[in-house]
Amino acid sequence: MSEIETLEAELIGAIDGAADEAALEQLRIAALGKKGSISALMKSLGGMSPDERKVMGPALNGLKTRITEAIGARKSHLAEIALDARLASEFVDVTLPTRDGPLREGRIHPISQVTEEIEAIFADMGFSVAEGPDIEDEHHNFDALNIPESHPARQMMDTFYMPERADGKRMVLRTHTSPVQIRKMENTEPPIRIIAPGRVYRCDYDQTHTPMFHQVEGLVIDKQTHMGQLKWTLEEFCKAFFEVSEVKMRFRPSHFPFTEPSAEVDIGHARVGNQIKIGEGDEWLEILGCGMVHPQVLRNVGYDPEIYQGYAFGMGIDRLAMLKYGMPDLRAFFNSDLRWLKHYGFSVLDVPSLVGGLSS
Amino acid sequence: MKFTLSWLKDYLETDASLEQISETLTMIGLEVEAITDPAAALSDFTVAEVISAEPHPDADKLKICLVNTGTEQVQVICGAPNARTGMKGVFAPAGAYVPGIDLTLKKAKIRGVESNGMLCSERELEISDEHSGIIDLDTDAPAGTPYAQISGLDDPVIEIAITPNRPDCLGVYGIARDLAAADLGTLKDGAVPAIAGTFDSPIAIDLKFDDADAEACPVFAGRYLRGVKNGPSPVWMQQRLKAIGLRPINALVDITNYLTFDRGRPLHVYDADKITGVIHARLGRDTDPEFTALDGKSYQPDTEACVIADDSGPPGFGGIIGGEASGSSEDTVNVLIESAYFDPVRTALTGRRFGIESDARYRFERGIDPDFVLPGLELATKLVMEICGGEPAHNVVAGTPPEANTMIDFDTSEVQRLTGAALDDVETRFILKKLGFWVTGRGSNLKVAAPGWRPDIHESACLVEEVIRIAGMDRMPCEPLSRLHAVAEPVLTGQQRRARRARRALAGRGMVEAVTWSFIPRAHARLFGGGGDDLEVVNPISSEMSSMRPSLLPGLLTAAQRNADRGFADLALFEVGQIYHGERPEDQIIAASGVRRGSAGLAGSGRHWSGAAPDVDVFDARADALGALAAAGAPADNLQISPEAPGWYHPGRSGVMRLGPKNTLAHFGELHPRALAALGVTGPLVAFEVFPDAIPAKRSKGKGAPLDLHDLQTVRRDFAFVVAEDVRAGELIRAARTADRELITDVRLFDVFTGGSLAEGQKSLAIEVTLQPRLRTLTDSEIDAVAAKVVKQVTKVTGGTLRG
Repeated sequence: MSEIETLEAELIGAIDGAADEAALEQLRIAALGKKGSISALMKSLGGMSPDERKVMGPALNGLKTRITEAIGARKSHLAEIALDARLASEFVDVTLPTRDGPLREGRIHPISQVTEEIEAIFADMGFSVAEGPDIEDEHHNFDALNIPESHPARQMMDTFYMPERADGKRMVLRTHTSPVQIRKMENTEPPIRIIAPGRVYRCDYDQTHTPMFHQVEGLVIDKQTHMGQLKWTLEEFCKAFFEVSEVKMRFRPSHFPFTEPSAEVDIGHARVGNQIKIGEGDEWLEILGCGMVHPQVLRNVGYDPEIYQGYAFGMGIDRLAMLKYGMPDLRAFFNSDLRWLKHYGFSVLDVPSLVGGLSS
Repeated sequence: MKFTLSWLKDYLETDASLEQISETLTMIGLEVEAITDPAAALSDFTVAEVISAEPHPDADKLKICLVNTGTEQVQVICGAPNARTGMKGVFAPAGAYVPGIDLTLKKAKIRGVESNGMLCSERELEISDEHSGIIDLDTDAPAGTPYAQISGLDDPVIEIAITPNRPDCLGVYGIARDLAAADLGTLKDGAVPAIAGTFDSPIAIDLKFDDADAEACPVFAGRYLRGVKNGPSPVWMQQRLKAIGLRPINALVDITNYLTFDRGRPLHVYDADKITGVIHARLGRDTDPEFTALDGKSYQPDTEACVIADDSGPPGFGGIIGGEASGSSEDTVNVLIESAYFDPVRTALTGRRFGIESDARYRFERGIDPDFVLPGLELATKLVMEICGGEPAHNVVAGTPPEANTMIDFDTSEVQRLTGAALDDVETRFILKKLGFWVTGRGSNLKVAAPGWRPDIHESACLVEEVIRIAGMDRMPCEPLSRLHAVAEPVLTGQQRRARRARRALAGRGMVEAVTWSFIPRAHARLFGGGGDDLEVVNPISSEMSSMRPSLLPGLLTAAQRNADRGFADLALFEVGQIYHGERPEDQIIAASGVRRGSAGLAGSGRHWSGAAPDVDVFDARADALGALAAAGAPADNLQISPEAPGWYHPGRSGVMRLGPKNTLAHFGELHPRALAALGVTGPLVAFEVFPDAIPAKRSKGKGAPLDLHDLQTVRRDFAFVVAEDVRAGELIRAARTADRELITDVRLFDVFTGGSLAEGQKSLAIEVTLQPRLRTLTDSEIDAVAAKVVKQVTKVTGGTLRG
């Protein structure tokens, strides 16, 4: 017995002292290999009496098991140490900057974003989105809208003209989005509910005017829609657009050749520093023109003004963007200055929706 | 339109405050643009008495004045020749801001003598150009009285915006009428008594038109006065004219200007002694001589212009501007006053053709009151007689005023139908009457006629506008629009969705959206296939903004260069917008185009510790175009890509994406160095142009093929082919893919190699082919069979050989 105990003590000592996996493997072979010390003792079992074997058999098996376990334990331990040592050497500086990636680099222009916001709101109110050409004929841009040849707007100083054609007609760059009303009405039977966002052009270039800017037109035609509903539509639009629970609005009588009665709409706001806060304060700011579609305009598209009625409105998209997001200068919208676009532009993931909020 | 508060009160009896008046004006459609109180600017200036004025010891032209300001006596140095003991002048103390010299006064020593303020001239107070001496007041007012008060300069000036439909409010009386209708006071009687003439007019008046043109001037009335004495107009008139920004000239001219603003009634006064024969209105003739107008410029009448002429030729354009030769002067003794009606459209067009802006044209082209032609003449006669004396002849009138507006059948329920506001019939009728409309009928069925001063009223909707304007638009209810669908339906068209998706896809590829001008320099347009005569704006803001753009690229490329010049060399810009191939609506299409400059690739730009971004190349642009097209719904895998991009691209490093031989969906590539040089733009630059509208619409909203998943492991085999250099990789890939449509699910090109052991003009293309077994694991011989098909097909299509 003592021989086994001595052997075990020796082996355990050697295993615990093994410095690496190779030394451990040598120890395993020396003890448990074919010619190993424990294997030799196992072989000696054959020469023993049954009684001796009854005692020595379990004893040797026990020794074999314990040594195997000890080797295993030491192996795991050595592996742990090796891993710790490797990890300790594998340090990187995680403060090194990574690239932003395209989703963070890209931007949507405020005009596109605000147009989508406007479309989201009006879509919920049942307005579809209509379009028309930028290069427009005088019929759609002026005549059908009850703007006669002698009207001051029909001058070279206000309107961009295209060259006169062989047939004596000349096209204009549309001065407003209102011709889309005419195009829609000419091709559609009422009821109609549309908005028409797009580029418009006027001969103006100064601090607050650019020769190209963006408008959105609204048109509702049916048999009963009146200015009270126009008021509601615009109030609800402004609340949704400016994302405030209350807005103060006032309708001022005005004049447009294509609406009657006509009104300009002011919105109540407060000026805090350089920022404009909609929904607070008691200063007024004009934001749009509107009115009931003029009976002559209805007749011009073949509608009977005794039967059909409706309203129209038009507002500046760029101006709405400036009011909501605080850009100070209209001209910068079209300068393509990367610094401006990056600052005022929107993330590609900010898709305006009524579910997620227009601006996030 | 400007007027003063006291002027308004000539016609409106009211206790309303200036603020109430201003608020009401705006809310009835006469939007107040500004109110200026000249008294505010003059608040520092007071009446002062000069107790003594002694010569300055060290300066010949200066005087030392002891001035009683009302509260104290101060010493002031004054250089005015008229400063003298005992006079009353206008004093500005130290600390006062003197507008005419743009200076805030300080106590100072002038040539060694202390000065504690200033005695002012009219120019220094900016009330006139007078600067020959200090203001010499003829007043009993004690020293210390505010100057504004004794000078009548404490009358607030109100400026309102008048919409073009309201010529009646281009006269103070019309504004008073509107305010009275809005219950802000009582309108005073504006009736004008006739003045009897005492002799026959020595000058006859005639209308010389064909019937077709008679509308140009249907009535022309004149009044001859003899023995008038022209001179400065009275102070009250001069002050009102000056307050609204007009320069007093002489009494006769001032009277016509005054009535233009007082009653919206432009008039003209001729020096009757300078008229030859009969004065008449007619259209211009080719033989008419050039004449010099009151603006000092010469005009040659054309045959569309309505001229006022005498037997020697035209002295003026009717309703627009008079001639210099027949105008009144200080020496005028006999006058003819003209009061006529000129056709608004002809007046507008003539004024526009000749580029003449005048207060008269402004009113005639909007429509003056035809019923006030004669009263206007009487009023002018009255003022001339009061101010200049003289003896009036009998009126001479040629023609008759045009008929006023026709009768309108007006159902008062129209107010509610169009505005939603429920107004009492009585109120509706009352408002119309107060505005001067003629109203008859019972209950809701009215007959209404507009007064002569409202040429804008044509039909029932016009009356609704009048009623709601005066009743107040705040009385319109706020009523919800009916909801068309319980849950809102999608509203965007396929085109709109495609454009939106292309936009988001490009921004998602790290590009920044710009909005550039629709018009570009013609030279730029020509480089990109445009610049035709039909797309050239006739009256551009500048030659840099004259051609409707044929492509978004010139705008984006020059924008990229501007940013590069500012120090941002690496940038990726895009735009989704309209381009123009002609002036018809169908020639306008949407493009989604972009440029990448410098090293602005998908992964980022510029230097980085992990490795600097490489310069952009044609494949960046190709990937962008494909990304935008795929996002917009194009079948990206089926596009045919070939190297046939338009001329503004680099011929060897660019391509076209098509679906079928004629349908071009995109161009991409490096830009042609000549195009870049012509634009003044430097690279590295790549660009693409995608046309989302060219994508065929999806046939149905179907769910697409069901997913076919297999548990059997895929098998991958690599092949390398040696092919001629001009063989396109796309063809080789397609050949491999089609070798076995059943088993081959993917072909990926992973290596392109030239040189080494390869012969000149050859390249090696290496592909990885993926096989997906469907029923059972493939045997080696089955795999070899597919491989053989791949080799055979590729060899057949490309003429290449399997690389050993």
